[in-house]
Amino acid sequence: MSEQTPQPERSGPAIGADEWVARSGERARQRTGIVGRVQELYERVPKPAVFAFVVLLAVLVPLVTAQTDNDIYFLRVGTVALVFALLALGLNVAVGFAGLLDLGYIAYYGIGAYGYAFLSSDKFGIHWQAWLVLPLVVAVSALLGLLLALPSRRLVGDYLAIVTLFFGQIFYIIATQGYRISFLGLNEDLGFDRANWDLTGGPNGIANVDRLGVFGLEASSERAYFYITLTAVVVVFAVLTLANRSRTGRAWRALNDDTLAAQAMSMPVNWLKLLAVGVGAAVAALAGTINAALLQGAFPDDYNTQVLIIIYAMVILGGAGSLAGAVLGAFVVSVLMLEGLRPQTPIGDFTGNGRWVFYATILVVLVAAIRPWRRLAAILAGIVAFGVVVHAMVAVTTDRGTDGLLNMGPDEYSGGGPLGWLIRHWLALPAGTYELGSRNWFNFALVGLIALVLCLTVVKGWKRDALIVPTVWLAGFVWETRLAQETSGPTRFLLLGALLVGLMIARPQGLLGRPRVEIV
Amino acid sequence: MAQPLLELDNVSKAFGGLQCISHLDIDVKEGEIVSVIGPNGAGKTTLFNLITGMYRPDSGDIRLDGESIVGLAPNKITNRGVARTFQTLRLFLNMSVKENVMAATYGRTHASLFESILRLPRARREERESNEVAQEKLSFFGQRLMGYRWNQPAYSLSYANRRRLEIARATATKPRILLLDEPAAGMNPVETHEITELIAELRKQGGYTILVIEHDMHVVEGISDRVVALDHGVKIAEGTFEQVATDPRVVEAYLGTAETERK
Repeated sequence: MSEQTPQPERSGPAIGADEWVARSGERARQRTGIVGRVQELYERVPKPAVFAFVVLLAVLVPLVTAQTDNDIYFLRVGTVALVFALLALGLNVAVGFAGLLDLGYIAYYGIGAYGYAFLSSDKFGIHWQAWLVLPLVVAVSALLGLLLALPSRRLVGDYLAIVTLFFGQIFYIIATQGYRISFLGLNEDLGFDRANWDLTGGPNGIANVDRLGVFGLEASSERAYFYITLTAVVVVFAVLTLANRSRTGRAWRALNDDTLAAQAMSMPVNWLKLLAVGVGAAVAALAGTINAALLQGAFPDDYNTQVLIIIYAMVILGGAGSLAGAVLGAFVVSVLMLEGLRPQTPIGDFTGNGRWVFYATILVVLVAAIRPWRRLAAILAGIVAFGVVVHAMVAVTTDRGTDGLLNMGPDEYSGGGPLGWLIRHWLALPAGTYELGSRNWFNFALVGLIALVLCLTVVKGWKRDALIVPTVWLAGFVWETRLAQETSGPTRFLLLGALLVGLMIARPQGLLGRPRVEIV
Repeated sequence: MAQPLLELDNVSKAFGGLQCISHLDIDVKEGEIVSVIGPNGAGKTTLFNLITGMYRPDSGDIRLDGESIVGLAPNKITNRGVARTFQTLRLFLNMSVKENVMAATYGRTHASLFESILRLPRARREERESNEVAQEKLSFFGQRLMGYRWNQPAYSLSYANRRRLEIARATATKPRILLLDEPAAGMNPVETHEITELIAELRKQGGYTILVIEHDMHVVEGISDRVVALDHGVKIAEGTFEQVATDPRVVEAYLGTAETERK
């Protein structure tokens, strides 16, 4: 190596050859103290071992849960999260690796589900076995991905997003309106029995879809679906990891960084883009097939833009380009946020999870965003002290200003145990918090909270630190008086959005993502 | 006479009303180092973009080894043996130094995605070869891009090292002709001197034919077998450095004429 070094011997400092200087960026990123030591230990563990450990944990989940109704719900949440993990992994190929803003992704998910429903249900009287349908649906979806990407292959950024969003919407419209398809009014002449031919079942979708089965064995328990989906996630994760390390994976990442340079360096960028969309489409179709078998039906509203945005949230929160991040993002968003913020389980049990999710997220954001720890400690102490002082002042000046209880369920208001005691002595909840008349009054608190959050984005330095204190307190107040009651429907998604914004501010590159540099 | 490796035959290119290149003929013989000089806006980088297929000429023909490459996609042209660096650095900033070079071996390798995932023999062999290519091309610059830098992201490199990495990346495509777009731009005198020696070394070791755009006349003087001077897309002079540097039209293009000043 040294023989072919062309540079001449020269005295004085060698430019660009100082290792200490070159590594300053790495050193700045390194943590010290306990966090740093834990990080160092973790980095020493080989990655396949971490992977195997996580898979093992997931395998154990159905074994430790008994077969009560609540556990079955719990397991279903896990399976749904795994389906989302599959979707996030697939989306990561186009978005994270190749950097293509593909908003038509949801269509491939839907094609997988409807494809399986067409070939394994009473809809057309076809009942093919899963081992036959699955590869067929996946292959058709991948091919369709290639075809749909073909007209948009030269587009980048916003333009690609618009065109692919259009594809996604076309799929949704076909799914919802596909129960009255008319072939130019010639249905009867073409041999169809009705004037309006029913393909997709319209808004009602296709019900009574067969369960997954192989050679007469049929997967019917929640456990079986959990394991099937887990297997799919593990296989797809391994496949995409290997793909990412291959020449194709490198080429995807290269065209993400600089398409023009990638082409000049011998990479056929148009083909690579098609391939990225196609691979993602195959994974999405696999997820769709599993979802249709799991729900025993294909319904259009599972495949609309709202679901697409949630999958995007998972990929971006986890860190675009990181496969482990996509899986983690899927779990955080679907288990912790979508399910956690649900006030009731589908079988009617009230869960107090929303409260935990809400306070935990605020705490995580504060811990992640505020350095050094002394400042963090001061702010946390300030938040506690602020609440206690306000509580004391309200208790002294008003009659029943701190007698409020906590919302513990649809019709239940109580002390809420030790945590409830803490919350009631930190917030000043007036008596009759949940009486109909008083709730309008609390809207002012919500308006005040929005104003405070807006102020937070403007001020800097110690003023911001000081402002965080009343903001967090007011957020807690708004949660207990208004949001804890309303975490179904749109409010849940608004909260999800707010929590995601908070997390992304604290960690812009995503949970496991690496910070990207665009132009230096 | 031997056939030139690269041949531009009466090439013209206009953007709207702006004639960037007009009726340009340039021949580059195998093993030659040819410098292209000219004031800003003379059409030098456009010339590179035409050769590498980023733009398509309005008229005329560009031949590599006697075969026309007009209308081919840039990646196809690179596969035929034309590689370039960029004046405004265009590295894959978020990939490691090694991966930047390995990515450029795409055109020389053929394993499909399927083969790569299953780790079939061809994929494994090509992966090993790409790794060796990266090692070989990067060690050309001594220790500057080796060792601990190997796995550092490209954005952590200094400006001079980024220029070196661009050259390493271009040579990894296994080119016959290298197009270097201002390799010494933004470098200090020591580094500029180094680049001069490096370009000669590239030809000696890699056997590349080199077409280089350069503003630094010391570099041009030091490396060129032949110099082509452009102004407003027209070739105004061609020959050895001395011939071109003393050509009145070149002096006029750079400095203007006494008459023009008087007006």
